[in-house]
Amino acid sequence: MTRPARFLAAALTALLWAAAPASARTIVDSAGRTVEVPDTVSRVFAAGPPASILVYALKPEALLGWPRALRREERPYIAEAYRDLPETGRLTGRGGEANLERVLALKPDLIIDFGSVRDTYADLADRVQAQTGIPYILINGRFEETANSLRLVGEALGVAERGETLARDVEETFAALYAALGAVPEAERPRVYLARGPDGLETGMKGSINTEIIERAGGRNVAEAPGQYGLVQASPEQVILADPDTIITWDRTFFDAVWSSPVWSGITAVREGRVYLSPTAPFGWIDRPPSLNRMMGLKWLAGLFYPELWTKDLREETRAFYRLWYHVELSEAELDTLLEWANGRAP
Amino acid sequence: MGERARALTPRSGLAVALLVAALPLLALAALLIGPFPLSPGEALAVLWRSATGTLAEGDRAATVLLSIRLPRVAAALLVGAALAAAGACYQTLFRNPLVSPDILGVSAGAGLGAVLGIFLSLPVAAIQLMGFAGGLAAVALVGFVAAAVRTGDRTLVLVLAGVVVGALTGAATSLLKVLADPYDQLPAITFWLLGSLAGIKTEDVLPAAPVVLLGLVPLVLLRWRINVLSLGDEEARSLGIEAGRLRLAVICCATLVTASAVAIAGVVGWVGLVIPHVARMLVGPGFGTLLPVAALLGAAYMLVVDTLARTVSGAEVPLGILTAVVGAPFFLWLLARGRRAWA
Repeated sequence: MTRPARFLAAALTALLWAAAPASARTIVDSAGRTVEVPDTVSRVFAAGPPASILVYALKPEALLGWPRALRREERPYIAEAYRDLPETGRLTGRGGEANLERVLALKPDLIIDFGSVRDTYADLADRVQAQTGIPYILINGRFEETANSLRLVGEALGVAERGETLARDVEETFAALYAALGAVPEAERPRVYLARGPDGLETGMKGSINTEIIERAGGRNVAEAPGQYGLVQASPEQVILADPDTIITWDRTFFDAVWSSPVWSGITAVREGRVYLSPTAPFGWIDRPPSLNRMMGLKWLAGLFYPELWTKDLREETRAFYRLWYHVELSEAELDTLLEWANGRAP
Repeated sequence: MGERARALTPRSGLAVALLVAALPLLALAALLIGPFPLSPGEALAVLWRSATGTLAEGDRAATVLLSIRLPRVAAALLVGAALAAAGACYQTLFRNPLVSPDILGVSAGAGLGAVLGIFLSLPVAAIQLMGFAGGLAAVALVGFVAAAVRTGDRTLVLVLAGVVVGALTGAATSLLKVLADPYDQLPAITFWLLGSLAGIKTEDVLPAAPVVLLGLVPLVLLRWRINVLSLGDEEARSLGIEAGRLRLAVICCATLVTASAVAIAGVVGWVGLVIPHVARMLVGPGFGTLLPVAALLGAAYMLVVDTLARTVSGAEVPLGILTAVVGAPFFLWLLARGRRAWA
């Protein structure tokens, strides 16, 4: 064939191929990338801890493994069949340790990452997809996008109905929060400090994904400075100056030490006993990681911040949340453990 | 020779006098500067209340002055003096101006110890203790390796062993970072490795201070003998000084000093490398005057840098970043002024 003829043939083939009924569906992910996804998705590789919770909540039988093996105290709160899934490592995040060959050996139909959809992550997704030939979708992990993300991934995994159910639950929770707390004037909202790290001096600035739960639950983050985002090391003087009336943490070392520390003793939250320890089983209630698990923390925090306005029974809320999202029917003893934990007595 | 080194030139005498006078003033200023507004009058009132035992529960001004700034200023002085003195020792010992206190792996070892502590979710005091122990262990390992290798230049073997142990501990630290929980432990590790005095408490300074002094006092007492080491082993022997034993003593003391500094402040680079140079520009290379001047300068420098760290922004700026950002241009300026320091 001559060169123009060969070009024509190629173009014709391409046209025919494009016109043929696709054996796969296309999905536009949160980063605006168009990705072809197979019709049936039964094996999913979660790129990081947030994604593993997303997949576990939507379609646990498709989850190929946990980014890190479950700890003993976390195991009872995951449905039995999924407690011993292999450890697969993180594909993204700081220092991706999952080996691409290992990822391939697991034969995933789809790789999902849930969280930041910034350009770096989009580029990483493109590269991994090009290198492995496995479709890779990137889903926005921000709170306000939760319902959309659930519907999108529900569809991608072929469990649109389940996605719809969970998305509705999220929307109902958000709506209930708004109905109960929306009218509280800004000045009357609790001033909250999120303490991270063993000395409690790590925090997330207002607007970071780690602290957006504070505003969602009707609080105000005291760590606020124009132009600063993300995790920072706080200065103890700044904390004293900000004088939060509520402190939330999941760090047990900090929680145990805060009551007797001279630095913290003058702070209103400590003086009035409003330092709260979040349970972290199977996942953190307020963060760690910042994923769907925070929906549970929202209900808890709303009750802590506004005991008069948010009067739902935490025990029943917890039972229902774990049943719907984590596929477990909690025993009374397991519920006791969680609620004691949320009362500052960690197991 | 010894007599000549002992004589304090007018220039270095002036430098020492100025530093000794400036340090308390700087410390006083640092105590009064910070995000929490505290006037000198209020500070005096707090001191009065504290002296008379009439402090009210939850007195915020007292907390800021006595529980936050005072230990922090003390720690800055201690850490700065410790790192600069150790740096001056090592530079003289190895007769090399590019040497810093980390040369024998003490920072890398302390880093590994502390990171392991964070990885195991230990309390803060235990993390510091592990940092201290890690620093000592790394240098001990270097010592054993150097002692086992009997061939070649002793100093070269020691430095190479330090590089190797430093690389290995650095690798172990990186491994722990990879294994650590990215949402919980990794930020804590990162902040620790950048160095900070943000969380410092009286309970941290009190045990560290005697250990630093335990290392610093012998160094000060031995400083004239150490000066002779910079001439070389042969010359030292001809002057009746057993170089090997003295060198061991210096390494032990300098390690003790550095390890305790790193244990409470995290890894703070640059101070131990550059402050001895600045001191040398001021008073010349004679170790007898160099050591005290370096220690005083280090203390003052760390105090200034730490005060910046807690005031320039709404959050803490890690010390490791500031020491370099503030120190590097200053050092360049000194260099450009062109007084040959190391001759």
